[in-house]
Amino acid sequence: MSDQNPVSWPEADLSRIPFAVYCDNEVYEKEQQVIFRGPTWNYLALEAELPNPGDFLTVKVGDTPVLVDRDEDGNIHAFINRCMHRGMLLCRENKGNSVNHTCPYHQWSYDLKGNLLGVPFPKGHNGHGGLPKDFDRKDIRLQALKIECYQGVIFGTFSNKAEPLVAYLGPEVISEIDRLFHKPIKVLGYQRQQIFGNWKLYNDNVRDPNHGGLLHMFHATFGLYRLSQKGGAKLDARGRHNITWNALGTDNKEATSQGYEGTKKVYKPKFKLNDPSMLKNINEYADDVTLVILSVFPNVIFQQIANSLCTRQIRCISANKMELFWTYFGYEDDTSDMTQHRLDQANLVGPGGLISMEDGEAVELVQAAIQRDQDKHARVEIGGKGEIKTQESLVTEVPIRGFYSYYCELMGFPTGEYASIT
Amino acid sequence: MISAKVRYSIENLIADYAHYIDDDRLEEWLDFFSEDCVYKILSRENVEQALPLELLSCRNKNMLRDRILSLREANIYNIHFDKHILGAVRILGVKRGDYSIQANYSLYQTNLDGESMLFSVGTYRDLITFSNNTPLFKEKIVVVDTFGISRLLSTPI
Repeated sequence: MSDQNPVSWPEADLSRIPFAVYCDNEVYEKEQQVIFRGPTWNYLALEAELPNPGDFLTVKVGDTPVLVDRDEDGNIHAFINRCMHRGMLLCRENKGNSVNHTCPYHQWSYDLKGNLLGVPFPKGHNGHGGLPKDFDRKDIRLQALKIECYQGVIFGTFSNKAEPLVAYLGPEVISEIDRLFHKPIKVLGYQRQQIFGNWKLYNDNVRDPNHGGLLHMFHATFGLYRLSQKGGAKLDARGRHNITWNALGTDNKEATSQGYEGTKKVYKPKFKLNDPSMLKNINEYADDVTLVILSVFPNVIFQQIANSLCTRQIRCISANKMELFWTYFGYEDDTSDMTQHRLDQANLVGPGGLISMEDGEAVELVQAAIQRDQDKHARVEIGGKGEIKTQESLVTEVPIRGFYSYYCELMGFPTGEYASIT
Repeated sequence: MISAKVRYSIENLIADYAHYIDDDRLEEWLDFFSEDCVYKILSRENVEQALPLELLSCRNKNMLRDRILSLREANIYNIHFDKHILGAVRILGVKRGDYSIQANYSLYQTNLDGESMLFSVGTYRDLITFSNNTPLFKEKIVVVDTFGISRLLSTPI
């Protein structure tokens, strides 16, 4: 944005990404306004986390603190987590149950729908002080987000220009959410990971099926995910969301050895796990897909890796730091053995995940290496240039270009020839 | 009354456990566990909500061996040195010859530029058994206060 850090998109197919978008504070500020408060739907939480009236939890949309609750009528609400009086964080706990929300600073209290209930000493004391005569508490409500729930997944938007949620997600994403939430779920717990990189670097990471079989040696070595397996990347019509999928056991030794030739460190067929139970997939769906990484623009990933299910919420901290918030779940009717299996497989991902621990490291090392060369570009060509469309192989990073096509539209960045004149 | 000899053995085990991690002797470190051991790292956030999810969980020694195998052969993680600082050991009780103990730790990590940072603070809640007069961890449960994991969790805590 600034003269020192020109943001230029020289290729109309978004195959060059300016490093400045990962570093520049002005870009970050604008993203908070036009992406996270723009016409997008942000993942907030799961309804299963708020089963009872009065249940609440606090999350972030971008870097805005947001309070989500369920009212007496069973309806979900979300508000900016800030008192309308002097701006204090209204609710400090991560999670809880309460009949109302009371600000610790001056005890202003709000009902579960966000209406101001009361202010202490409204008439002051001895005829002095208190609220002015024209103060009407009915005028004061917490600043609300618009909410839509689909299959128990709660999304919120700050914008009244957002299309309806189902249209925003599109039929490809809807069918994956239907699959993952085909019966009632129960939450197993949370994990949090501080990642020292820009929030978009993580979005890039999950839209890059290619790295899954190369960076994550555990995957390739132990066979859960290899680039030689049946899989691909499904995009929605706008290319902004992505579904990476594969089916384990669909590779053969020859194709795998050939593909991984020259990367002997990645695929090491001689190693075997002492306890291979963690690699076992118990089929739960009407297909043979064993891995789904569904990324919804701009802030959530839904995951199935064998029987390990979770959501990953991207929370911004600054241009060069983010928190990844993981919510693991199983199904309500899981046997205790199945719950144990899911807990065992939780070892595969998260900050200590045998597969995924690398992602935090990769993102940080990109962030560190690009700082001084913000006018340079990342090269995104694997899977081909030009049209952004669904991919029939895992050796692709086309979904990254899909993300930036919508990103540039929202940010108002010109792309292509015009954008290359700097 | 816990005998001085038992206390001495338990404290030695806990000190060895930490120093073997810090010295990157993880293959030998496995010998501090019984074959039916449980090794878990729990997030305080989940413990307080009675949620079962762990940050890391090995329900037998083979799973623990696999963790070390994966670290050595398959994982890419931030290269660092670990340094454990241990608090006083409380022996909470003994049941059928197994001792339950509690001890706080802090764990610093130092990167290749020589910068150190506090990586994790928390509490060990362990069950220690004696086999041929040698103390072994039957359960090593690490409850981390630092549940917002900085970067990633690779080497054991």
